[in-house]
Amino acid sequence: MNPSHAQAPVETVSLENVVQEYGQSADRIARRIIICAGTGCVANGSLEVHRVLKEKLRAVGLDAITTVELEDEKKHDIHLSRSGCQGFCQMGPLLTIEPDDILYTRVQPGDVDDIVELTLQQGEIVDRLLYVEPASREPHLGHHDIPFYKLQERTVLKPCGQLDPENAYEYIHGGGYQAARKALCEMTPEEVCDEVARAGLRGRGGGGFPTGKKWQLTLVQPGEKKYVICNADEGDPGAFMDRSVMEGNPHAIIEGMIIAARAIGADEGYVYVRLEYPLAVDRIRKAVADAESLGLLGDDLFGSGQSFRLHVMEGAGAFVCGEETALIASIEGQRGMPRPKPPFPAQSGLWGKPTVINNVETLASVPLILSHSAEEYRRRGTEGSPGTKTFALTGHVANTGLIEVPFGVTLRKIVFDIGGGVIDDAGKPAADAFKAVQIGGPSGGCLTEEHLDLPLDFDSLRQVGAMVGSGGLVVMNQQTCMVQMARFFMQFTQNESCGKCVPCREGTKQMLALLDDIIEGRGELQTLELLEQVAVAVGKASLCGLGKTAPSPVLATLRHFGDEIRAHVVDKHCPAGRCKALLKPEILADRCKGCTACKKKCPVDAIQGEKKHPHTIDPEKCIKCGACAEVCRFNAIVGV
Amino acid sequence: MPETTQPNETPAQIRHFAKVCDILDRYESNPSKLIPILQQVQDEYRYLPEEVLTFVATSLGIPPAKVFGVATFYAHFTLEPKGKYVFRLCDGTACHVKRSHGILEALYKRLNLSAERNTTDDMLFTVETVSCLGACGLAPVMVVNEEVHGEVTPEKAIALVDRIIEKEANT
Repeated sequence: MNPSHAQAPVETVSLENVVQEYGQSADRIARRIIICAGTGCVANGSLEVHRVLKEKLRAVGLDAITTVELEDEKKHDIHLSRSGCQGFCQMGPLLTIEPDDILYTRVQPGDVDDIVELTLQQGEIVDRLLYVEPASREPHLGHHDIPFYKLQERTVLKPCGQLDPENAYEYIHGGGYQAARKALCEMTPEEVCDEVARAGLRGRGGGGFPTGKKWQLTLVQPGEKKYVICNADEGDPGAFMDRSVMEGNPHAIIEGMIIAARAIGADEGYVYVRLEYPLAVDRIRKAVADAESLGLLGDDLFGSGQSFRLHVMEGAGAFVCGEETALIASIEGQRGMPRPKPPFPAQSGLWGKPTVINNVETLASVPLILSHSAEEYRRRGTEGSPGTKTFALTGHVANTGLIEVPFGVTLRKIVFDIGGGVIDDAGKPAADAFKAVQIGGPSGGCLTEEHLDLPLDFDSLRQVGAMVGSGGLVVMNQQTCMVQMARFFMQFTQNESCGKCVPCREGTKQMLALLDDIIEGRGELQTLELLEQVAVAVGKASLCGLGKTAPSPVLATLRHFGDEIRAHVVDKHCPAGRCKALLKPEILADRCKGCTACKKKCPVDAIQGEKKHPHTIDPEKCIKCGACAEVCRFNAIVGV
Repeated sequence: MPETTQPNETPAQIRHFAKVCDILDRYESNPSKLIPILQQVQDEYRYLPEEVLTFVATSLGIPPAKVFGVATFYAHFTLEPKGKYVFRLCDGTACHVKRSHGILEALYKRLNLSAERNTTDDMLFTVETVSCLGACGLAPVMVVNEEVHGEVTPEKAIALVDRIIEKEANT
């Protein structure tokens, strides 16, 4: 909805006043309790914990406030605040107590009494709520000693676990909007572009294109009207860093966009958010409204005479809209289909005007560069990929969640040190279970054991046929079938192909059919050759990034798991035992007691045998449903 | 003759379009706001009725084919009514490797549904998959209307269905 822009400009709030007044109010509060209110923790009931805790604090006579007001002269015992996603979603709901630096995990409403009576009133630790490292069984007190946090370098994500994302004053108190003011009042557009270019910031959405260069290219375009777009259409399955930044630190994105607008000379911008992220949409809308009321968005920002207006638009469920030209079409109210480039959006973007499109994490990194310096920013990361990167670490790993590490860190450190190692299907830590990591979602590739010590950055990953992508890291254990994974991604891209260009529309369908042939036992060696040919052709001939990278998971499987995929077609055998059609269930005669339980359970009467004599399975009739193995008490049925 | 001026409209149909008119007004009948307009229409009706799409096209001064083109392009839009409880099961990578498929099959079986027929006859349940809900730390994840459920198992999903059926029977 368009707010009316008719009113007189709101004078920008004095950042120094907010810092001082908020600081004074906050200093009068003895303790701060932060309850994570990211999507994950909310799903686990963190809002209920917040409510019960608030009541309990009142009941025991502790003076608790939920929002810190400016110029609050009174002293308070506790600031009970909510934060965005703290990244450790699996252990949620998370509750942090400061300044004690205690982190309680999996907190339920029933734990509130102990937290208040023991920890807050008597200074004792509630041991059962501490995080216990799954492998070593050792308990840890807080962020400073939990390996998951200790081994990260959180810069972009740091405020996400601390700030109340719905309170703009907190962001300002932490130094927020000072970089925007510097860009608007002290720097020329060229200087802003140069500083970001010198920092070497590269687009975090997947492509890795240098951000400063993108801005320079847009700045030099003629024309009065230009746009800045924040691409928050984070569609890669298994990636949620942009969601977390939007939920946890929305003002950093707005500030990044103001700086981008200054750099290219734009006065209007859009945040294009996936509608699958309702909480992120709410938070960013609230942040935009608050920024407008504080004069941080609108006309004459910081008295510089510059204007910047921001609109929030929700997507409608199309993965291809993450592609910049498709995203622009979607904002214009069209079907979200990409178009050939050039012209690039920098030349002709939204409504034909020069447009810069940056990803959420990229924009959230921009204030960090300007508030320190390009040199400072380059201190982290590698020469070609400076800075840090957030990754969504998920799958068969002990600690799943959102992490931030400098570029150049190894996969081993991420999976085994931060992630706490690989787990088996039952969720137990398993020493030799590592099989592969899928990186970069449906456009990415696989990293295997041989890549565990490869320093991860944009260029090293490209060399081994993978890509950073948006930063999804899905760990897979030995029980995962790589052919099934390739099929999973192909199904995804085939579904999401917009249908405009033939190579992608038809090619993804053909690749999916070939993968189905392999999984269902119809594959031959020829199938593999054909699959590779189609994959290469689709990669070369497709119009946009979706099609160009759609074959990557297939090619990665062929490259790194050739033996596994050949076993499917030559031996008709799935080494991981996941492909149903290739299963060969049998009853081990020496274990079978002839109890007839399986025979009774079989829905297709495929099991024969006399009572108290070993049974057999008729492979012609068997539908491989596995019902027999479930009821067998003697583990006599194998191969399903 | 355009559908909107048919003289034999019932009062219910007129009210029907009154809501659409409100939405169109909110966006000043701006054709570039077609997607937010359709989102609001769908929020109102739980789907996009065909006659409403034609009405929207006429009001925005664009061909109905364009409106249908947009409505059928985006996964969020549906031309069929959905159930009162929409189960959206995440089939993102993390959920997939943690066996979200078993949950889908269990729900299909319990509600007698399939990928082709995903809404129950009593219009109570719709079961669909979405690509990624971004709550991968809690995989497998399922969203029922707006409520997120993490670490779902087939048993938990069925128990939820049963609770809803019981609740609906008592109201």
